Amino acid sequence: MKKTTLFIVTLVLLLVAFVIGWVAMIAQQENKAGQQLSAAKTEALGRLQSPMLGRLDAPVVIVEFLDPACGTCAAFYPLVKEIMAANPGKIRLVVRYAPFHQGADKVVAALEATRKQGKYWQALEALLASQETWAPNHTAQVDLIWKQWGGLGLDLDRVRADMLSPEIAKAIAQDIEDARTLEVKATPEYFVNGRGMPSFGEAQLRKLIADALRETPPR
Amino acid sequence: MNRDHTSPSIAADRGWTLIFLAWLVAMVATLGALFLGEVMHVPPCVLCWYQRICMFPLALLLPVGLFPFDRKVVRYALPLAAAGWLVAMFHQLLIAGVIPESIRPCTQGVPCTDQFVTWFGFLTIPLLSLFAFTTIVALLVATIFRGPK
Repeated sequence: MKKTTLFIVTLVLLLVAFVIGWVAMIAQQENKAGQQLSAAKTEALGRLQSPMLGRLDAPVVIVEFLDPACGTCAAFYPLVKEIMAANPGKIRLVVRYAPFHQGADKVVAALEATRKQGKYWQALEALLASQETWAPNHTAQVDLIWKQWGGLGLDLDRVRADMLSPEIAKAIAQDIEDARTLEVKATPEYFVNGRGMPSFGEAQLRKLIADALRETPPR
Repeated sequence: MNRDHTSPSIAADRGWTLIFLAWLVAMVATLGALFLGEVMHVPPCVLCWYQRICMFPLALLLPVGLFPFDRKVVRYALPLAAAGWLVAMFHQLLIAGVIPESIRPCTQGVPCTDQFVTWFGFLTIPLLSLFAFTTIVALLVATIFRGPK
């Protein structure tokens, strides 16, 4: 065979194999996204200790895996709140953690500790709003978060003591394990009534929630 | 084949084949890395990025030495392949625990010792990388020795 032919044929074969693999992967992902989760994954999705917002009997449950140091999480948070506000009483938000950024695990522990003082959502929103200040260059620095919580009326010394508790460490470890079970590789990741997004994006999330709202019978 | 086949051209053919094979390995490794990263969404760690920096140019650089055949491409490709091999070796030692935690460069993002994919119980992505770099270095070195002096 001529050298040029050999080279071109090899190159084309490799590229074709790549594209076939890609298409197969997309098909598989779409297939998986449409299906309900397996039993193990369903169990991993619903832990009772996680922070929740909204009515307990809301027909639509959004489980969000987030990292407070993740920029996209901060950008998507208002969107979820907006959709919840537009559908009062119909959506419950469950926050789970996937602290992928360096140092984020400590920030998550501090955040969990604010629950004991009933200031969780204010603390979370303050962190997301001021993310660039305390997580420069995608590195979460727990020493810088206290300033962001100044106006919330939190007892920060108590937070610093509570964040070291073994229950919080256990809850975070559980979240990380569940994120692994659910194959959460990037944040934010959403599961709406047990269904994941076929691919990541605002439109996909809106559609997933809209579909779930449509499927639930009106009360 | 040509009837006036002289030994330098045989050597050149052999050299061509060796570099072609080196390119094949680099191309498979490059497409494989892109597939894992962009299609399967396995996040590459810092050391994986350094290995990619060495591997991706090889997939583009080696064909330049194939058409027309230019043995000198080895001079340009070998430093990349050798550097990639060193990083891959370092990565292996890190996973094996030979290199202690303290000098681990991967503190940000994905830990380098995390094994996302394991095939047949032993084949991991960093191990594949080491195999690929070893093969490329061997083929390029063989091109030097097989060539006309």
